[in-house]
Amino acid sequence: MGYIIESLRQIAGAEPSRPEKDRISARALEVHLHKKANPFSKAEFEEIYAVHGKGRTKWRNRRWATLLAVNLLFVVSYFFDIQILEGALTASRFVGFHMADLNSALQVMLAYKHLVLNLVIGTVTVFIIWVLLGGRTFCAWVCPYHLISELTEKLHLWLTERKLVSDHRFDRRARTLFYLLFALLALGTGYTVFETISPTGILSRALIYGPGIALLWVGLVLLIEIFYSRRAWCRYVCPIGVTYGVVGTLSPIRVKYNVKHCHHEGDCRKVCLVPHVLSMTIKGRATNFDMDIGADCTRCGMCVDICPTDSLDFVLGYGKKSQ
Amino acid sequence: MKEKTTVAKRVKKPLSAKRKAQSRREFLRTSVLAVGMTGFSLLGFLPVVQGTSLRLRPPGALKRTDDEKEFLSSCIKCGQCVQVCPVQAIKLADLEEGFGVGTPYIDAREQACDFSCDGLQCVLACPTGSLNHALNFPADTRMGFARLSRPSACLAIQGKGFQGQARGPQFPGLLRYDEVDRWNPIPVADHPYDLELCDLCVRQCPIEIRITQCAEKKVQASGEKVARVAEQVGNECPPVHAIALERVEMPNGELRMSPVIKEGCVGCGVCEMICPPEPPAIVIDIHKITDLT
Repeated sequence: MGYIIESLRQIAGAEPSRPEKDRISARALEVHLHKKANPFSKAEFEEIYAVHGKGRTKWRNRRWATLLAVNLLFVVSYFFDIQILEGALTASRFVGFHMADLNSALQVMLAYKHLVLNLVIGTVTVFIIWVLLGGRTFCAWVCPYHLISELTEKLHLWLTERKLVSDHRFDRRARTLFYLLFALLALGTGYTVFETISPTGILSRALIYGPGIALLWVGLVLLIEIFYSRRAWCRYVCPIGVTYGVVGTLSPIRVKYNVKHCHHEGDCRKVCLVPHVLSMTIKGRATNFDMDIGADCTRCGMCVDICPTDSLDFVLGYGKKSQ
Repeated sequence: MKEKTTVAKRVKKPLSAKRKAQSRREFLRTSVLAVGMTGFSLLGFLPVVQGTSLRLRPPGALKRTDDEKEFLSSCIKCGQCVQVCPVQAIKLADLEEGFGVGTPYIDAREQACDFSCDGLQCVLACPTGSLNHALNFPADTRMGFARLSRPSACLAIQGKGFQGQARGPQFPGLLRYDEVDRWNPIPVADHPYDLELCDLCVRQCPIEIRITQCAEKKVQASGEKVARVAEQVGNECPPVHAIALERVEMPNGELRMSPVIKEGCVGCGVCEMICPPEPPAIVIDIHKITDLT
């Protein structure tokens, strides 16, 4: 329950709560005190980095392969008329079974104000799938905008390193505001307003049905991300992320953090799209020996890849303990 | 007393002047983002209000001529209708249509809906019922209404015949010719005509073709079993003619043969596609549908 509440708080845009001293479990406290008494030496750091060569890409490779496979299946299915995955990411049919993107379905239902049976079937199917697979896993493992934005992010980081641009942060609560705003706009105007500017829908349709001028909008958002604010769309705007984040609070697939060997050097938070979910990796913040990363996490696995001490890993199950 | 509360509560450090300025800037930035993003998304209203997003829509679209609101709101913009159409008549609208982005439309002159799927596949494919599932037969469709927009260009009115490919050798449009291949539409360019008097709009009208087939069936009127469910139901035979070539009095008093659009026209656009002159003499008016109920 604490996990769900803290996850929802963070999805809404609140800063991660700082634990009171007396909330830290005995076992975690023991680790904290031990580390305080025996700080890591520089040599130890270097040894660890040498063993776990940085730049592991295991999860990234798996993720990119999955993302490309899903999106190309749409394309191939239409191009060769093999009818495996028809439609686009907003709504589709997988070997005949209805699927509907939760956020698109929500927008349509708010705008149209009718419950359509096929849409309900598709929405429930997709809801169950993403509860099982991790909620915001959709973002990192399926959304085509995520992949492109990930690539342009490298350019942004390259430019920031050279002090040519700097990252301007927004208030994370903006995303919640957008979520409510677009829901109200759909309800009030009777049009699916968000769908008009959603890069996910635009890109998915462009891939399958051919490019159009809507891609200029996606390009503009990418330019803003490169020159002004890192991953701005996913971090501060996209309501799809909120929808799937909420679904993910129920998911058994999580990234787990174990405090024991962590060096608290913060590499994980530097690569993360949503670094607030990793606040427990800051020195002295972990309240438990093992902790589940909150549901705003896209399960992209970049922190798992980069962690030099294997303190972060995927688990299946709720609140699993390590030996 | 005062001391006690400060001990019990975590003391919030006052922000430094620099942090204060930073958070003020962040607030301003966020406000600009919120206003900008919302403003941009609402630009989608313009084409809808101005009516420039109005289009010829696929069969069964939830709309009433000039009011597409229900259609635009219920469409989930997935393009499943595009994928099932055997003649690829359906395209998806781009961002210049505003809220209509990703919704299906038909450019009849390029490729009309010729109902060669018979079963209204786009309607069946629609996951939201935005193409209304209550629609069963082509004759019940209400997409628009044909209009003789340039009578002076009409070959029939000029008393001319037509030889060759209706839209030239380069035209990629498809039509189903039952006598050639009942199941697969072929390029119009592969089916040249040789007509004494041009009657292409009447000859290729899917409603007229169906009426003729039904009439032939009636003439045969044997105990022969009909294959298609639609025919067994019996509703598939269109009740009213859609277009006919009739002798009409011209403004100058002359009597000429001319296409006349009838109550049964559903606005599928085949006449607009097949009409040889450029621009065509006959077009689909999307602001009108038949009064027939």
